[in-house]
Amino acid sequence: MSAAESNARARAEALPTQEMTINMGPQHPSTHGVLRVILRTDGEVVSNARPDVGYLHRGLEKIGERVTYAQFMPFTDRLDYLAAMNCNCAWAWAVEKLANIEVPERAEYIRVIVCELNRISSHLIAFGSFTADMGAFTPFLYSIRERERVNDLFEDICGNRLTYNYARIGGVSGDLPPGFIEKTKEFLDYFEPKIDEYNELISYNKIFVNRLANVAVVSAADAVAYGLTGPSLRGSGVAFDLRRDEPYSVYPKLDFKVCVGTGERGTVGDCFDRYMVRINEMRESVKIVRQAIAQIPDGPVLAKVPRIFKPAAGEAYVRTECPRGETGIYVISDGTANPYRLKIRTGSFVSMNIFETVTKGLMIADIVAVIGSLDIILPEIDR
Amino acid sequence: METLAISLVNAVPVLGGVPMWAMTTVVMVAVAAVVLVFALTFEGLGSYMLRKVAGDIQARIGPNRVGPYGILQFLADGVKLILKEDIIPAKADQFLFKLAPYFVFVGSFAAFVVVPFGVGLIASDLNIGVYYVMAITSLVVIGVMLAGWASNNKWALLGGMRAAAQIVSYEVPVGMALMPAVLIAGSLSLQDIVRSQGGLFGVFGWNLFHNPFTFFSFLLYFTAAQAETNQTPFDLPEAESELVSGYNVEYSGIRFAMFFMAEFGDMFVVAALATACFLGGWHVPYFNAQALPPLWGNILSLCVFLAKALGMVLLMMWVRWTLPRLRVDQLMRMAWKYLIPLTFVNLLGVSLWLLLFNGKGIPQMIAGMIGR
Repeated sequence: MSAAESNARARAEALPTQEMTINMGPQHPSTHGVLRVILRTDGEVVSNARPDVGYLHRGLEKIGERVTYAQFMPFTDRLDYLAAMNCNCAWAWAVEKLANIEVPERAEYIRVIVCELNRISSHLIAFGSFTADMGAFTPFLYSIRERERVNDLFEDICGNRLTYNYARIGGVSGDLPPGFIEKTKEFLDYFEPKIDEYNELISYNKIFVNRLANVAVVSAADAVAYGLTGPSLRGSGVAFDLRRDEPYSVYPKLDFKVCVGTGERGTVGDCFDRYMVRINEMRESVKIVRQAIAQIPDGPVLAKVPRIFKPAAGEAYVRTECPRGETGIYVISDGTANPYRLKIRTGSFVSMNIFETVTKGLMIADIVAVIGSLDIILPEIDR
Repeated sequence: METLAISLVNAVPVLGGVPMWAMTTVVMVAVAAVVLVFALTFEGLGSYMLRKVAGDIQARIGPNRVGPYGILQFLADGVKLILKEDIIPAKADQFLFKLAPYFVFVGSFAAFVVVPFGVGLIASDLNIGVYYVMAITSLVVIGVMLAGWASNNKWALLGGMRAAAQIVSYEVPVGMALMPAVLIAGSLSLQDIVRSQGGLFGVFGWNLFHNPFTFFSFLLYFTAAQAETNQTPFDLPEAESELVSGYNVEYSGIRFAMFFMAEFGDMFVVAALATACFLGGWHVPYFNAQALPPLWGNILSLCVFLAKALGMVLLMMWVRWTLPRLRVDQLMRMAWKYLIPLTFVNLLGVSLWLLLFNGKGIPQMIAGMIGR
């Protein structure tokens, strides 16, 4: 036992402290929704943080069994309301795989464009709310400002700004409106330099880096073992991206880089790395949208799907890369108009597994950083 | 006070029949009322300013509904807070819960007494001015701890403990960083400190440019004072995203408003001290305000002082809306490992400078060399 340890022990014996149980949430500004964390702390140091999920459970999977395939589309908006396009498309891809529907190429390109735009807006919120959690409120409003532009684009496409309900089984609900391509290009030109602005403003701020570097390090092995996906996995230095490694849609035709954590300010897999992966992914998404816009062919945007749609009995599992990790949809058909069983796997829910492990011995302020860096969203956790 | 009362009697002979103690009391109450009104007005307009500055920095508009440009927003807020239901949690310690806001408010407001607003414009020119400010603002920590404890809320308690640790720690560097100004003036009175910065050098007569150490101690003071008044990046006691709202989480209505006003009061006191001790106080550069006829001199110096102090407040708001927040251990490390040693070294540097160069600052030495 070192001198410091024996000192600490002597002090603990002389002045015994009591552990305190604190309820963090479900109403707490930094739990990104109605997450409840039961903290056991010794002063500011957290000895255990147990997440308690389920406050937003709506039974989406059960609902899926009671509605038709097409009717379930609006419910996927509520799966991850910050990335509704991605969830819409995930559901469409799953049903198309189940029923072997050929989707027009133009529709696939449109899906990729809207998915990547939505990834940008989702990562913007992740970045903004994370910095707000760290006490810097200004970047949050900057990120909202840019997100408005994406929402405007989506409003042009489908009339909605949050729950888009845009994808359809066999394509998308409507073609791109006139002028959309130009507006998107304009947005991308406007947005790309903003990322550098964010980095100058906050990413490499000394206080910000000190708060995040070496905090809650998730090793690559741990990240894989706990089933982390998406930016949280890549933050630990594992270069795994479903868009590249199990390509779907038109992603094989597009060139982009898989961003991984490099430990540039601390250890690979710390909060800062997870944060930087999201920042860098926004750049890659810009690149993808630019290429997709350049390549998009003409043609129909919706395949012919019978109005009363009854896929043959069978099952399908589709994995897609959503902003918060892998969204997998497992759907079983028994030949009727409703799915027989529906299972949704989401990135945020799986991220919660590792929460208790990585938060041991951190401080209360770090708990907030961990929640922000895993970028969880509650409707995805509870479904 | 008595001198003021005597001059009043001399000016208005009718009052000669009134006993001296009554005159003094009346003058005291009047002065206190003036200072209180100023403090409350600043706190109201300060909150408006804070929100407008935040709006500008954050690419949005800020308050613009109540009155022209939303300038009456603070009145609307104040009325709302007064009319709100005063909720005291059932299991709170009633007495302490009610007492806490007064400590915080008094601690912040009482510091206004020695703020040298202008030539002769000071509620009470105490000969221990700097010391008094340091002492009276310590009341805030008692109030904050009481609030945290009495609320019977664990988040509030954490906020209160953070505040206590932080304010007590940062009081040391704040005091030590102010010492150079005291050394140069040879007095603890804030008016004397301001007077020592006048002269023909204008801006260069300020303590800020007296020697490299005073410049540095201004920076140290500004940093430490931000922490002592719980401003971002040191706003840990009320870290909204961590502790929900910190020690004042259970307060509502006018009791909450008192914490809120105290925060703005502290902000102004810090800015005023920085102005008085380092930025020449009410001195107008290259112009002697004391030589003007009494009323004009007072008004001019008051305006100059307020301009400088509000400039400092703006700077604090700018910092507040730009930086993220430190973690509690980093905050403590910064105080005890960096700021406190630095301020001591700095104080030693200033003392040696004054000893070696006979109390002369760099501008005076340069002036001496070119033969003025």
